[in-house]
Amino acid sequence: MNSSASLHKLGRFALWFWAGLGLLFLFTPILVTIVFSFNEPAGKYNYIWNKFSLAAWADPFKYPELSEALIFSLKVAVVVTIIATILGTLMGVAMVKYHFKAKGLVGAILILPLTMPEVVLGFSILTLFVSINWSRGFITIVIAQVMFSVSYVATTVRARIRGFDWRLEEAALDLGASSWRTFTRVTLPLIAPGVVAAALLTFALSLDDFIITYLNSGLDNTFPIQIWNMKRSRIPVQINVFSTALLLLSVLTAVLVVVQGQRRARKMAGMTI
Amino acid sequence: MIEIDHVVKRFGDFTAVDDAHFSIAQGEFFSMLGPSGCGKTTTLRMIAGFEQPTSGAIRLDGADVSRVAPNRRDVNTVFQQYALFPHMNVYDNVAFGPRSKKLDKATIAKRVPEILDIVRLADFAGRRPAQLSGGQQQRVALARALVNLPKALLLDEPLGALDLKLRHAMQFELKRIQREVGITFVYVTHDQEEALTMSDRIAVMSDGRVEQIGTPAEIYDTPATVFVAGFIGQANLWPATVTSRRGDSAELTALGVAGLRATCHVDGVDANASAVLMVRPERVSISATEPTGDIQRVCGTVTDLTFQGPIVRLALTAADGSTIIANVDPDADLPMLRPGDMVWAFWSTDAACVLPTQPQVPSSIRSTQEN
Repeated sequence: MNSSASLHKLGRFALWFWAGLGLLFLFTPILVTIVFSFNEPAGKYNYIWNKFSLAAWADPFKYPELSEALIFSLKVAVVVTIIATILGTLMGVAMVKYHFKAKGLVGAILILPLTMPEVVLGFSILTLFVSINWSRGFITIVIAQVMFSVSYVATTVRARIRGFDWRLEEAALDLGASSWRTFTRVTLPLIAPGVVAAALLTFALSLDDFIITYLNSGLDNTFPIQIWNMKRSRIPVQINVFSTALLLLSVLTAVLVVVQGQRRARKMAGMTI
Repeated sequence: MIEIDHVVKRFGDFTAVDDAHFSIAQGEFFSMLGPSGCGKTTTLRMIAGFEQPTSGAIRLDGADVSRVAPNRRDVNTVFQQYALFPHMNVYDNVAFGPRSKKLDKATIAKRVPEILDIVRLADFAGRRPAQLSGGQQQRVALARALVNLPKALLLDEPLGALDLKLRHAMQFELKRIQREVGITFVYVTHDQEEALTMSDRIAVMSDGRVEQIGTPAEIYDTPATVFVAGFIGQANLWPATVTSRRGDSAELTALGVAGLRATCHVDGVDANASAVLMVRPERVSISATEPTGDIQRVCGTVTDLTFQGPIVRLALTAADGSTIIANVDPDADLPMLRPGDMVWAFWSTDAACVLPTQPQVPSSIRSTQEN
């Protein structure tokens, strides 16, 4: 009896130990990034801990090229998120709701950007822009990012709305609502959690993307590209500051989404979506 | 009021509805009854506008609505699993229709509580569908569909998801509400008891065809086809050979007995043709001695006796080997019967119906049944 209890205790300890190690492995790089945003490096490279300082937090916009790149990245992300979310949602809904001839083929094509190496994807769309003689910049970045983001949105939305009760749409039409009113008042509110999740994912992917964006950016620099460019001359602490701020922002958003989702789930307990 | 004019609906090679032709009167409680896949729901969905007929027309108050979108038709549907909007409370669910039709706020604020009163849900206006019982959800669905005051209310197996007790209560509730609002109800069900209890008229459907249309009593007492006789209630169905027919009465040979007489209300039953003789088990009486009078009688051997509470179910074997089922009153003055006893089974002439062998439905039957 006693030995089994202590064995149980040991098992729990081992579980927590290994789980802790796993989490440590995942989060150490992020922790380092945060900690180093309070560093005052000895030279131009923020690689080695020197001493604690709030200087970078006090002056985050010290390097205009970095700040501009961040703002540019945010602009791209907003536009890409809007376009990709709309297109991807419609695609995801169509894939669940309708039965059409080339459905399997469309599904396969939709998955393709998720499985194809980014460098192939980025290079093929670059080839297209070069061959039609488009100069690279904001628009080509947006097009290239929308191209792969749509797949993420469509697959996310599709997974979330499987099991959606389409008779609700019939019920709305039956009661005299137009197709538009049916979509905005019935379908959209019910699939909103899936759509919001897809939009957040797209926003993060857009901010984060390097290879495809780099190949199609021309002279414009997004935040990751700017870091890449700067690293030959300096790695300022401001990079860590921005990264930490973005991290906080995304954690905050994730928490909000989860809390909101739970509130919704409580309200509609019993419904399936 | 609602006219189904030679409507055909095909899905690819499959014919879901085959030349349905009937009309439903204003204020009528009309049921479409049949096994699953008989085309009743498809017909309802065509009236609602979710499906379009392959050929033929559907008319509402004389106007052809076959190609009119569901949101522009003056009919509303109560769906099988209710299809209530889960993100709206009861009030908003019910107000969805009037708001979509852009009625003014004052009318909506007056009409929604009125209709919630009729379905006895006034105290639940603020609840969400998930917080209601099955029966309450059912009534929200009803209120939501009635609030637009449609020309007809279409109900697709609305009681299917409820348990037996609640189903019986809701049958009365539905009839009460229909009387109160005076709207035409078109009701789809596979439950014959439900259809018999509530309907003014019933259309019995099978394999996409309308087999018979009539009042519950007409359908039960004088079925037009073997299918209808077998689907609604219990029926003895024996192969028979018609020897002569004059008007509504026929003489035939069945159960190894010649000269039996029966009524006949349909075409396709002619002299020397094979046919089917139908007698309901509760119309069959039993006697130990040969009965006399203006009745039809057959001799048989008792093979089985089952006590079923209000009735005793008796199985006899006739001279030709056919089985005769009789549901008799256990209090009836019967001798002690045992398997192997010889008894007489008899019924009044008008309890027996002759039906055509083939489940054919000549158009003449439909047009006489329709009014």
